[in-house]
Amino acid sequence: MNHMWKFSVRRMLIIIPQLLLLSLLVFLMAQAMPGDALTGQINPDLDPQEMQEQREELGLNDPWHIKYADWITSAVRGDLGQSFQFKMPASELIWNRMVNSFWLGVATLIITYLLAIPLGITSGRFNDSLLDSSITGYTYIGFATPIFIFALVMLWIFGYQLGWFPTSGSVAPGSDPGTFEYIVSKINHLLLPAISLGLITTVNTVQYLRSEIIDTKQKDFIITARAKGASESRVYNRHIFRNSLLPIAAFFGFEITGLIGGTVFVERIFGYPGMGDLFIQSVLLRDYTVVTSVVLLFGLASILGALISDIILSLVDPRIRIK
Amino acid sequence: MSKLLEVKDLRVSFKTYSGEVQAVRGIDFDLKKGETLAIVGESGSGKSVTTKAITKLLPEPQGYIKTGEILFEGQDITKYSNKQMQKLRGRDISTVFQDPMTSLNPTMKVGKQIAEGLIKHRKMSKAQAREKTIELLELVGIPQAEKRLNQFPHQFSGGMRQRAVVAIALACNPKILIADEPTTALDVTIQAQILELMKDIQREMDSAIIFITHDLGVVANVADRVAVMYAGKIVEVGTADDIFYNPKHPYTWGLLGSMPTLDSDEEELFAIPGSPPDMLNPPEGDAFAPRNRFALEIDTQMEPPMFQVSDTHYAATWLLHEYAPKIEPPESVQRRMQGFASMDDGKDGEA
Ligand SMILES: Nc1ncnc2c1ncn2[C@@H]1O[C@H](COP(=O)(O)OP(=O)(O)O)[C@@H](O)[C@H]1O
Ligand SMILES: [Mg+2]
Repeated sequence: MNHMWKFSVRRMLIIIPQLLLLSLLVFLMAQAMPGDALTGQINPDLDPQEMQEQREELGLNDPWHIKYADWITSAVRGDLGQSFQFKMPASELIWNRMVNSFWLGVATLIITYLLAIPLGITSGRFNDSLLDSSITGYTYIGFATPIFIFALVMLWIFGYQLGWFPTSGSVAPGSDPGTFEYIVSKINHLLLPAISLGLITTVNTVQYLRSEIIDTKQKDFIITARAKGASESRVYNRHIFRNSLLPIAAFFGFEITGLIGGTVFVERIFGYPGMGDLFIQSVLLRDYTVVTSVVLLFGLASILGALISDIILSLVDPRIRIK
Repeated sequence: MSKLLEVKDLRVSFKTYSGEVQAVRGIDFDLKKGETLAIVGESGSGKSVTTKAITKLLPEPQGYIKTGEILFEGQDITKYSNKQMQKLRGRDISTVFQDPMTSLNPTMKVGKQIAEGLIKHRKMSKAQAREKTIELLELVGIPQAEKRLNQFPHQFSGGMRQRAVVAIALACNPKILIADEPTTALDVTIQAQILELMKDIQREMDSAIIFITHDLGVVANVADRVAVMYAGKIVEVGTADDIFYNPKHPYTWGLLGSMPTLDSDEEELFAIPGSPPDMLNPPEGDAFAPRNRFALEIDTQMEPPMFQVSDTHYAATWLLHEYAPKIEPPESVQRRMQGFASMDDGKDGEA
């Protein structure tokens, strides 16, 4: 346990340079974009002379490192600047979207693993059987299908044709937060986008788990387990699955990163008000502060994802803990 | 002594894309209670496949027992179901594998891996199994057993891991311990320690051992009897004395001749030329003939039967036929044979 703490602390220290690099990159990106914090706010009738003064006052003409320091300190305090389009603080705009995306992400991950673990295990354990061929067939279809086309088809069938799920939004208008109906409506809105995304993203994990199991099956220590007289179910449950699930656990964080790309399409197609939807919307509207903020948060999520992966791996794999 | 294990005309093959690989082509041997039988041969001669067939741990679905009987205490276990085999494995027949770096589960505590067999076969509780595990770790010479119990394999050195593997194999006092090149992957000094350990244990537990190796030098110290394997067949079998002082098969001569000795220089090594045959298409006649400088005309046409040399000693070479020319082992091999004999005299003298 002691080793694990040492490992976790050391691993967490690594995110400091990662965060620095991310913020620098995002800052440079923001600088490269046309306009600045004033462009969206200022009364177009304002005299250019006065505008210059205001810029000076706001520190917009400072050297880059001072601007960077200002930007990062306010970002840490939660001030991400103003949205040009909505004339409100970007952080406020983002907050609700972030919560929505978070739940969509959680639901997608649950569906991904709910499918991947039994499918991968079956496929790996009974490899080259008919069952395995069917599952592998599904994964190939999943690999070949672009998520936006699949999402559209799902929306058309289950949203419009069958009418089983709502076709846009994140909650039925008029329901009171906190009530049971509200929660049900939230879940109902989440489900179709999460299933659509989950059905596609899961194929990676199914394939990965399958090949891990096939690989582990032939390891020497599995023969040792059989040579002890262990039953087949014990050989699988205690020896093969545990060792095959380790790399899958490590994959978890990257799954989060992968989700970000997927949610951008899916949220847009399902009119689900999340970060991905906001991202596309603000790119189209050239709402640069919002774009930068969203990119920053996506980057943050990726860094955290990798961190989570490594910590999970160190929890489950004793070999990592020691180093 | 009663026969614990009898193998009769065992043939094991693998189905591969290029055809049937005949890894074991009809072998017979037996093992008595408490005895150590060494199976020796170059790599690829079918030693591991033989042992895996005995425990029915051949890789499925390609590997299969083609024909033959494996009688364990008189029961033919080739007919056993998987469930019956599970009861036998680890309890009556245990195996120590070659590479201790890969034969332990990397994510399971060593103690737990040893206790697995105890809980399964001896129906021990966790606490009882823990007690016994500590005992076993001490028996195989792992110090600080209580601490080691809770460690993972990667915290053990190679030699310590192999001791742990031995502890796993011994957990239920097996009647037969199969050791498949248990020291090949280890340093020379550690090899000696593990061999010593196995001898001690045998004295204590009275298990029979099938000791697999490609190194005749190791055999001299441990085996009561030796079976020499070549291309999926046993070509010579006898007591250790028969094999070391009076070898009859040119392949055995080759093995003896290629053993480095303390005072040998390069030229003296009588290495076997060429390489073993392809088991996809085993040659007609004597499989060793192409590499045998004493090969006779008949070797290319007809397989030699087992000729009896003495009560305990058999060899499959036409050189033993009454019409065959009398051929003596090469000089360098003879010198080694004498070396063994004098080493043994020395030992007897001490005792
Ligand atoms: N899984 C397998 N598939 C095909 N051939 C195999 C397999 N395992 C072993 N063999 C073949 O069986 C023969 C004997 O192998 P083995 O018993 O491992 O030799 P060794 O005497 O070195 O232990 C070799 O020719 C090898 O190629
Ligand atoms: Mg081998």
